[in-house]
Amino acid sequence: MSAVVDTLRLTAEEALALVERGDVSPAELHAAYLDAIGERDAELHAYLRTVEYDGATSIPIALKDVISTKGLETTAGSRILEGYVPVFDATVTSRCRQAGLSVLGKTNTDEFAMGSSTENSAYGPSRNPWDPARVPGGSGGGTAAAVSAGLAPWGLGSDTGGSVKQPSALCGNVGLRPTYGTVSRYGIVAFASSLDQVGPVAKTVRDVALLYRIVSGRDPADSTTVELSEPVELPTSERLDGLRVGVPRQAVALEAIEPGVRAAFHSSLALLGELGAELDECDLPLSFDYGMPCYYLIAPAEASSNLARYDGVRYGRRSDGATYRETVERTRDDGFGDEPKRRIMLGTYALSAGYYDAYYGQAQKVRTLLVREHAAAFERFDVLATPTSPTVAFPLGDKAADPLAMYACDLLTIPSCLAGLPGLSVPCGFSEGLPVGLQLVGPQFGENALFRAGHAVERALELDLVPERLR
Amino acid sequence: MSTWEPVIGLEIHVQLKTRTKMFCRCRVGFGAEENSQTCPVCLGFPGALPVPNRTAIEWVVKLGLALGCEIAERAVFARKNYFYPDLSKGYQISQYDLPSCVNGNMIVSLAEGQHEIGIVRAHLEEDAAKNVHVGGRTGRIGGAEYTLVDYNRGGTPLVEIVTAPDLHSAEEAKRFLQLLRQTIVELGISDAEMEKGTLRVDANVSVRPAGSEVLRTRSEIKNMNSFTHIARGIDAEVARQIEVWESGGEVEQHTYDFDVGSGALTARRTKEEADDYRYFPEPDLAPVEPPAELVDRLRFELPELPAARIARVMKKLDHDRALVLVTGGLDRLWEATVAAGADGVAASNVIANQLVASGARPGAVDPTELAKLVDARERIPRATFAEALGKIGDHGFSAEPYLAMESVSDTSELEPIVDAVIAANSAQVEQYRGGKEGLLGFFVGQVMKETKGRADPRVVNELVRARLAP
Amino acid sequence: MAISRDQVLYVAKLARLELGEDELERLTSELGAILDAVSKVSELDLADVPPTSHPLAVVNAWAADEPRDSLPLEDVVRNAPAVEGRMFRVPPTT
Repeated sequence: MSAVVDTLRLTAEEALALVERGDVSPAELHAAYLDAIGERDAELHAYLRTVEYDGATSIPIALKDVISTKGLETTAGSRILEGYVPVFDATVTSRCRQAGLSVLGKTNTDEFAMGSSTENSAYGPSRNPWDPARVPGGSGGGTAAAVSAGLAPWGLGSDTGGSVKQPSALCGNVGLRPTYGTVSRYGIVAFASSLDQVGPVAKTVRDVALLYRIVSGRDPADSTTVELSEPVELPTSERLDGLRVGVPRQAVALEAIEPGVRAAFHSSLALLGELGAELDECDLPLSFDYGMPCYYLIAPAEASSNLARYDGVRYGRRSDGATYRETVERTRDDGFGDEPKRRIMLGTYALSAGYYDAYYGQAQKVRTLLVREHAAAFERFDVLATPTSPTVAFPLGDKAADPLAMYACDLLTIPSCLAGLPGLSVPCGFSEGLPVGLQLVGPQFGENALFRAGHAVERALELDLVPERLR
Repeated sequence: MSTWEPVIGLEIHVQLKTRTKMFCRCRVGFGAEENSQTCPVCLGFPGALPVPNRTAIEWVVKLGLALGCEIAERAVFARKNYFYPDLSKGYQISQYDLPSCVNGNMIVSLAEGQHEIGIVRAHLEEDAAKNVHVGGRTGRIGGAEYTLVDYNRGGTPLVEIVTAPDLHSAEEAKRFLQLLRQTIVELGISDAEMEKGTLRVDANVSVRPAGSEVLRTRSEIKNMNSFTHIARGIDAEVARQIEVWESGGEVEQHTYDFDVGSGALTARRTKEEADDYRYFPEPDLAPVEPPAELVDRLRFELPELPAARIARVMKKLDHDRALVLVTGGLDRLWEATVAAGADGVAASNVIANQLVASGARPGAVDPTELAKLVDARERIPRATFAEALGKIGDHGFSAEPYLAMESVSDTSELEPIVDAVIAANSAQVEQYRGGKEGLLGFFVGQVMKETKGRADPRVVNELVRARLAP
Repeated sequence: MAISRDQVLYVAKLARLELGEDELERLTSELGAILDAVSKVSELDLADVPPTSHPLAVVNAWAADEPRDSLPLEDVVRNAPAVEGRMFRVPPTT
């Protein structure tokens, strides 16, 4: 391993300082991470491909393979995009490049970001650095595994129903799903447009805040973006006096939450109290019962339309037939894996004549109620706290055969996604030797409060988040 | 046979002449090299997102106001999902259940009075790209070996206008379209040329027993590329349907292509899932809520519209004359000329024919002077009249010198000239008297020549006829 | 809430997926189970609730009608499976 830096422990903030002081050059840093990847990624399969240093002036970054990179293959974990080389950068890619960041490579993802384990990648699953027999979570398991195993100082993922937060929890990272509309989706291979958000994954809350500062803000190329209502603040305080934390009764009551996860969550609540926060129970009566059904109608419906462009005409893999129609049908049958097909079918059905009102239309109304009940909760609280994932990392293959079991992984992350709200996952302890994440949800544009709370928890816990087997 | 009433509704697509496309900033225009006006957005590359064209959004509001529509406080783009090679995203973005403009109308003036045609809606959408079918009978879909796709046109802004089924004859449909086209052209939002495809019309046609209020099954006719063809296509379909009903059959809902050459209607094939478009609100686009100031400004800027002007002109002229004046941008000059004392029909004839032919710019013409000329047109020599019209657009033009050159109608002055002409052409005189009366014009022409055009042709005519009488 | 095999076939046609016999079988049962779970949304009486299609209340996001450069042809067709001249080539549409 490269003697230049210890990539396992180096935070992005520390790396930036090293480069700024001239202790390490951007090229050396990039090389150090490529060395680490060479050493450990054969086992983890966090990356689908890596890139040589290209002259960037700052530290490296890993990008989930749904993020378009000009001149660098971008597959979204799908066969149908095998060999597809974007001719333009996603806005977040350009913003990273403008900030001098050096793209290390493209990380593995469930196909079209559909999944919670990265097992749905057409290029094989990624593995959890804490236990390679277990999944890193998903869909952004590649970025999470890379950050956790020192294969990148930080990275970007995309989160539709939990794809940044859940793998961050399962790999022991900090991950932010920002307020919908604060980070551009231009150039992100779309899954469900009204839910997709790009978010940072890193070792610390301050790193996450720094990266959020780089990528956020209105983009004229994405009509659904806005300027931040206040600048991103890097958290410094270790106290949380006066912070009002709500604990949704209905979330905590869920049977799906493993005892070990529940224990870690309760001790982190106690910790929040010790740090000065005011805790109280709150009610989100519909979110945890109806969030999942609502999400699994809206997201597939939008996905069925977003994935219609993969017809083998302009790009991507094509399986020829005698006619245009046959070619499209064959291309899509050969090119899409099981999960995208399931969701395309489900979403097409939910939008089809005679079913729209009962399914998609009804789900949109449920979404209104979820928006309202979250808004009501934020009249009393600054932050809501739940576990991020009901379980710790599970063994590969455990849920792969049962779509509904896999969907249940996002039970706790989905409701706030539907409401367009920001959520931060911060490591809050361990269960069975595996990391547990605390999910902090804020009101729209409430990222700074999440950073403050997450930072104080992180400082108070001082967990060693380098996977034991790699220390 | 006259017991059947046609019921016709139209769906009109108008390509806007914005500089750029509806959802990306690629240029719009004809004749560019294939796929040279494309980008990730209009090619539907992964991750590309649409950004609406502000001008297109303003123009649909402007058109809506001109058509007397209510302007929606909130319009929403939706996705219409279907697969075709000319559709790069697998869906077309189109306003659907919340269009920009609803509930308008346009007044068509008919011989029997004014008829209000309801406008159900006018909404924005994006055009499809162009497929080129190669092999087989070139250019035809059937039997093609393969298809080539040029995405230049893909994403061009279109307005779709849907009328109520308020039209009751092919002629009325044609008049409505002429008026609509003129309105669009005057608003400056489209060239609206059917030959170029910037104006496209589909007609929904049904028939019912006259006096009935019940709508019967309708069929749709597509592929008609001129107003005349539309009228012919409608007439053909109306005749076909009447025949079906009268022979005890049942008209079925079908879409037909009208073959311009043969005048035949060919039914299109249908697929079971063809109409299940799975519309849903386009999540990549924000709703349009045009600010009241914008709508007010656009309303204020509206010019007086052709429908109102045709109706006004038709108080004095027939529809065809009124249409020519209005579509030629001549109606304001005509009105001023009539106001200055000219006869309506005469002024219309002079303006629409001789004035236009003379090349004079209507805006430069002083209507008072024109009225004097129109009034004197039969009293002054033709050559003089033509000369005056040629100069009427000049600055400071006065009709007086031309009016002074009244035709010579004094018989005592003309008789010697007539006699001289007859004496000089004895051979023709023989022929005339032998029954070749067509030679009368020859003699008149000779007299006009001798008088350098100043003679009054009617007087000369009479004189010649009298002198030649046996 | 079961879904019939015919419905699955119809949806596959709409979605342009050429499903194999075993895929069709499996999807029919999987979609049935998923639809059972998501049908929960119909338990609620939401007649008076407006739908939410955008989680953020942005309106009138538009751009001026100013042309920008289009892509060079090499970029347009760089990823195309089949090209003829300057155009994309596909099998006949019928």
